[in-house]
Amino acid sequence: MTVSEHTPTPPSATFHIVGAQLVTGEHADILLRDGVIAQVGTVTDAAGATRVDADGLVALPGLVDLHTHLREPGYEQSETVLTGTQAAAAGGFTAVFAMANTLPVADTAGVVEQVASLGASAGYAMVQPIGAVTVGLAGERLAELGTMAASRARVRVFSDDGLCVSDPLLMRRALEYVKAFDGVIAQHAQDPRLTVGAQMNEGALSGEIGMVGWPGVAEESIIARDVLLAEHVGSHLHVCHLSTAGSVEIVRWAKARGIRVTAEVTPHHLLLTEELVASYDPRYKVNPPLRRAEDVAALRDALADGTIDTVATDHAPHPIEAKECEWDAAANGMVGLESALSVVHEAMVATGLMGWADVARVLSATPARIGRLTGHGRPIATDEPANLTLYDPRGRSSFDLARLVGQSSNSPYLGRVLPGRVVATFHNGYPTQLDGVVRPAEEVAAAARLAEQRGRSDTPEDNGRHRFTRS
Amino acid sequence: MRHLLRTRDLTRDEAIHILDIALDMAAVQNREVKKLPTLRGKTVVNLFFEDSTRTRISFEAAAKRLSADVINFSARGSSISKGESLKDTAQTLQALGADGVVIRHPVSGAPQVLAVSGWITAGVINAGDGTHEHPTQGLLDAFTIRQRVHGAGARGRGLDGVRVIIVGDILHSRVARSNVWLLTTLGAHVHLVAPPTLLPVDTSGWPVTTGFDLDGALAGHPDVVMMLRIQEERMHGSFFPSSREYTRTWGLDGPRFRALQPDTIVMHPGPMNRGLEIAPIAADSPQSTVREQVANGVSVRMSALYVLLSGERETATVSGDGATEHHAIQQRSAAQ
Repeated sequence: MTVSEHTPTPPSATFHIVGAQLVTGEHADILLRDGVIAQVGTVTDAAGATRVDADGLVALPGLVDLHTHLREPGYEQSETVLTGTQAAAAGGFTAVFAMANTLPVADTAGVVEQVASLGASAGYAMVQPIGAVTVGLAGERLAELGTMAASRARVRVFSDDGLCVSDPLLMRRALEYVKAFDGVIAQHAQDPRLTVGAQMNEGALSGEIGMVGWPGVAEESIIARDVLLAEHVGSHLHVCHLSTAGSVEIVRWAKARGIRVTAEVTPHHLLLTEELVASYDPRYKVNPPLRRAEDVAALRDALADGTIDTVATDHAPHPIEAKECEWDAAANGMVGLESALSVVHEAMVATGLMGWADVARVLSATPARIGRLTGHGRPIATDEPANLTLYDPRGRSSFDLARLVGQSSNSPYLGRVLPGRVVATFHNGYPTQLDGVVRPAEEVAAAARLAEQRGRSDTPEDNGRHRFTRS
Repeated sequence: MRHLLRTRDLTRDEAIHILDIALDMAAVQNREVKKLPTLRGKTVVNLFFEDSTRTRISFEAAAKRLSADVINFSARGSSISKGESLKDTAQTLQALGADGVVIRHPVSGAPQVLAVSGWITAGVINAGDGTHEHPTQGLLDAFTIRQRVHGAGARGRGLDGVRVIIVGDILHSRVARSNVWLLTTLGAHVHLVAPPTLLPVDTSGWPVTTGFDLDGALAGHPDVVMMLRIQEERMHGSFFPSSREYTRTWGLDGPRFRALQPDTIVMHPGPMNRGLEIAPIAADSPQSTVREQVANGVSVRMSALYVLLSGERETATVSGDGATEHHAIQQRSAAQ
């Protein structure tokens, strides 16, 4: 891909993307003007537009991540809203849901509004805060869910992620309460008593290498309980980072029964298996842990057949010292925004399980719908918001440090050969990445301000939802 | 051999080689002057992140009898408890010029992390990591069994056909894991007996049989009964209802001991809970090898240090042909 302008000044507000392959397989030109997709197909008037040669590139709607740890406030040594959304832009994302386990915890309107406004002023992607379910993630009493929902951050997804809402009564109340504003509870399904001290998947390997096991049943028993609770109170349950074949079966059963449950899988659970843990290399330490090859196969099939709705990264940045140590002392988590599309390509597209239209569904349209975003996850069509990414599916290369643009480098893929790469990302019509390079912070922030002045931003008030209405 | 991290990796030839050198080391210890000059000028650090006086002094005696300089480093806590990190400790040892590091750590895999980290150039001996392995304990147990079974004809031999039962907390035992791999590599049949709660959930990949019935296993007249220590913390984790019930069901009590064949040997890695997993009458009988195990521990650790730290290690241990080294040691022994 080449861009006709090579100047440090911001590119023009109009972009003429030439010869991109749409997810339908057809090739088209796309004109982005003033924050919207002005034309798709044959572009008749590209006067003043910056030409973007997209020959051989797949145009996908801007990706939406339902599960991102941006770490700010409180853990800025790992990531900030700015650096995390730069990583998002590098990965082709135009919207991310920021998890609540910050310091202070995102359990008040003040914190979620602060995170949302940091995201809006950085401009790389829409930052939609997730609110904590319980005060301080302590699992004891409900946080002010309604106040967060009514705040400028317009929170609809609530999660204690990192910790499970294990008290069944509290979970029931949370599921019930968020019906008042069409909310969803995103559960980190992990029975705490069954996973005391757990370090890796429980099975033959954990016994051999002497690690405390994290049994699949600790996830499956919570999901089973929660889908029954969701059925009982008629609420929407979302299951975070589902990781076992048994969990797939439960979700499949629940959906067949008509229960309102959605589920996500991470890229790493679609590609990596527990054998990597035998190296004792903490880069492979993650929660839920890497599972068996048969779990990976079941997760892929479930994503392809719609049992699992979406891929969410669980992007979890950690500083070097949190991984440069013995296994038990290491932090759980992997960065995933920059690598997500290549990993999904490898696990789902290269295997023939899904096409690009399915990728657009699981990485954009569906997560936007689950998270109640209206300006994202839209098709690439005339008059839609200009959120899209250009992906080059050709070639394979070693995933290296240069691909990581967030603040942390705890990627399990470093040194691993993966297909494809993201070459451009447009958010509200302006580029956050061009030619495989993330655009400078000042340029993106200025473009975001301009877009807002033109009324083309994705601030929550603009997307037409009403407070406290039941959909 | 660069490091000794687990018995899982040892070939039969490598294991027999270490045991045969240990025989020579044992001979040295029966002499008035118990010291060899083999590792003179080398520095061995005993890096203990977990208290274990027994294992530390065994390694210390082994290194000193090979004339190495020994530094004992008791790390106060680990990075888990916000004490000194493994990396900082390792870099300190590197600066001190350690040639060999003997590491005991509460976290499984910590010795491997140390060995592959690039933080140090020293050879690493795992002296027990979490619930993973304790390879020199396995080696000293194999050595002890081999001496009892083969006597003066032990050199060069394995444990083919020897029937061993290991009884107790298999789930949390690094001693059990090291023995499972090593004893079976040497040709022994290993049967594990434990409460169902103290066996790993899936041992299908282990070259052993398992069961819950101690009396049934003893009725098969095993050659070796190895009792494992029950840790205090297991008593409060609902692994079994009470120590009384444990002893009644899985302890080597008086009646069970008296019913053993007279040539069945009784082993325990120590320290023992007398009256819990093993009755005093069993622990103190001539069939018990508990004290031999301690003495053999020094010989086996001398052998391991020799194999890792003497200049000849690469050729000799990779080939598994220890003849040259035996000869060299015997000559050095004679020269003392």
